[in-house]
Amino acid sequence: MTRRGRRLTMIGVALGVVGVAAAIALYALSDNIVFFYSPSEIVKKDIAPGARLRVGGLVKEGTLVKSAGQRAAFAITDSAEEIRVSYEGLLPDLFREGQGVVAEGVLEAPGQFRAETVLAKHDERYMPREVVDALKKQGRWQEGAAKP
Amino acid sequence: MIVEIGHYALTLALALALVQATVPLWGAARGDESLAGVATNCALGQFALIALSFGALVQAHLASDFSVLNVAENSHSAVPTIYKISGTWGNHEGSMLLWVLILAFFGALVAAMGRGLPAMLRANVLAVQALISTAFLAFILLTSNPFERLVPAPFEGRDLNPVLQDLGLAIHPPLLYLGYVGFSIVFSFAVAALIEGRIDAAWARFVRPFALVAWGFLTLGIAMGSYWAYYTLGWGGFWFWDPVENASLMPWLAGTAFVHSVAVMEKRDALKVWTIFLAILAFSFSLLGTFLVRSGVLTSVHAFASDPRRGVFILAILALFIGGSLALFAWRAQLLKQGGIFAPVSREGALVLNNLLLTTTCAGVFVGTLYPLALEQLTGEKITVGAPFFNMTCGAVLLALCFVMPFGQSLAWKRGDLLGVAQRLAVAGAAGLCAWAGLIAVKRGGPVLAPLAAGLAVYIVLGSASEIVARVWRPGLPASAALARARGLPLSAWGSALAHIGVGVTLLGLAATGFGSETIAAMRVGAPQTVGPYEVTIDAVSERPGPNYSEVVAKASIRSAGALVASIEPAKRSFAARQTSTTQAGIATLNFGQLYVSIGEQGADGAVAARLYWKPLVTFIWLGACLMALGGALSLADRRLRFGVPARARRGLPSQPAAAR
Repeated sequence: MTRRGRRLTMIGVALGVVGVAAAIALYALSDNIVFFYSPSEIVKKDIAPGARLRVGGLVKEGTLVKSAGQRAAFAITDSAEEIRVSYEGLLPDLFREGQGVVAEGVLEAPGQFRAETVLAKHDERYMPREVVDALKKQGRWQEGAAKP
Repeated sequence: MIVEIGHYALTLALALALVQATVPLWGAARGDESLAGVATNCALGQFALIALSFGALVQAHLASDFSVLNVAENSHSAVPTIYKISGTWGNHEGSMLLWVLILAFFGALVAAMGRGLPAMLRANVLAVQALISTAFLAFILLTSNPFERLVPAPFEGRDLNPVLQDLGLAIHPPLLYLGYVGFSIVFSFAVAALIEGRIDAAWARFVRPFALVAWGFLTLGIAMGSYWAYYTLGWGGFWFWDPVENASLMPWLAGTAFVHSVAVMEKRDALKVWTIFLAILAFSFSLLGTFLVRSGVLTSVHAFASDPRRGVFILAILALFIGGSLALFAWRAQLLKQGGIFAPVSREGALVLNNLLLTTTCAGVFVGTLYPLALEQLTGEKITVGAPFFNMTCGAVLLALCFVMPFGQSLAWKRGDLLGVAQRLAVAGAAGLCAWAGLIAVKRGGPVLAPLAAGLAVYIVLGSASEIVARVWRPGLPASAALARARGLPLSAWGSALAHIGVGVTLLGLAATGFGSETIAAMRVGAPQTVGPYEVTIDAVSERPGPNYSEVVAKASIRSAGALVASIEPAKRSFAARQTSTTQAGIATLNFGQLYVSIGEQGADGAVAARLYWKPLVTFIWLGACLMALGGALSLADRRLRFGVPARARRGLPSQPAAAR
């Protein structure tokens, strides 16, 4: 093979690999993106049931109900709107009423969400960032004040 | 007083780093050996000063000196001693101090061991290293001073985050940083080569040991982090494609590519520009990782309290080093003489393919990690790119890489014989196919990908071993002769075979997760619960006090066919100081698999909520990583590659100075 031929082979292989990878990445990207919304945004944007998304806010006081078979139901609120969440499984260690939480799952019906994973904050020093932003939008969060 | 000494030492280190970043550079440019020689002592002194400073902070934590803000916020007098020490880097300020300590350590290593290096190259390398040091020391002193005092001092500290009160904190960050920051030396060598406009096989020989050290530690650090997350988070996951994990995976992928391409450069004097580029890339990803983790743009266990000033500062450092080195690369790269071109079917051709696949994977991880951040900045939409994206993109490319890996290892340099290699790999390939078919037959209706990955893993392990066998033994050769040949085989050959076997072992562990089982149950005391091939019974639930927590422990026994095989104690700890709790999983290792139980709350009826997992061969995931690192260490021990050997050989000195004396 000539020097030129070899170089062309190399470039051809490189373009092939990168092209295939880019195609897979674009395909995967179009399918596997999950949007984050606050309860108000879900109402405002009128999200259709069946959508896969992440919801964040505070666990509303007095709404947590645990039932048999590790089922739990609670409401997530950003103090303007709220959404009911059902979940089956163990809740994280730091899950508590009144605390920040992010749930990922499927919107079953308007205002009714089935969570597959529930994330609480990692320690008492901060909230999930998305939750802080969502609360800021509602004017319920002052920078520096009441850092939970 | 000790704290002030620490602070002062850190300031002195910054001054010394400034000298080290400028004088040798000037000396090397003018060809003045004595000016260039300043770098060595500066590097040693800088390391000593930062070590002193770090020691002072450790002392403050050990003594529970709550007049220091950092100690008051992250320690508690009741914390066990080991966590007082590891708590030093269990916070933003301390972990940055550890970062620069390791940076200076690598600089001192070059200064102390690099007597064989050309003087000007050494001066330039140390100058670039000091430039990085300067930036990060300034960052610490200006935005994250760990020695800040607190007046009035509180009586008690706020305690270390309970999640971090674990042996993992003592091991994972130092290992990871040795890897992460270790690539700084490789970067400095690359930039020094660009400054000199000259690079040759000797350069590759100098860099390779450092690259192997960094790569080995990074491998161990990532594996350790993964195992820590696995046993501490309580739901048995070991890799989450979390941006912070991706941040450590990207330098690993680029570094793995570098370790391979530098071999081509050393042996065949080719791929020079590409190797330099990879060196810059690997450390750029380390810096990017530092930015992602430390600036607070991401929410994760690793993001400690965030301060916007810090993010901007690190972003500036990032822009300076990545932008600066890439600009230097664009300007000077054409000075580096291109090496020869080579046949596509050859060891070096295979290594190019390896590099291509690894960097493609790296690009995939990069896109998936930064796309959500970019989108949020541009449109305000918040998205997450989930695990399926990464599994699909990286999985496909990495499986392809796994398939060609044994071929590359068996191909000869310059001109390989693809058919011959295929024949040699036939046994391994057949075994892999058998494993695949067998698993599909046994686990009918089970997962699709897991048997394929398991078959591939068997093929990799046998294929990598068969290269060694082929070099050592052929039919009819007596055992003693084979043994002599095995001893004569260079250690680097053993090293690469072992590292590749490690990849196979890890893949086998990953594949086996597809055959595990899990249940969530409300377990009553005395009532057995089946998971996989075992039965788990909770015998008693009791309260137990610890040094700075109290825990609810469930004593459980594991039986197989009625016989007791192990007992475990999953627990739930509550920490009074921070009013938080952690889950301590009960884990029993059985035949390389693990039975994993984590408990939740105890209900009113006395039943304990529990998750039970049976994970066959799961330990292979981390054992494989240990094999990879061991392979790297073996390569490192290879006499031909030992640091400074080429220089001594050139000067005609005996390789052991002690014997000469």
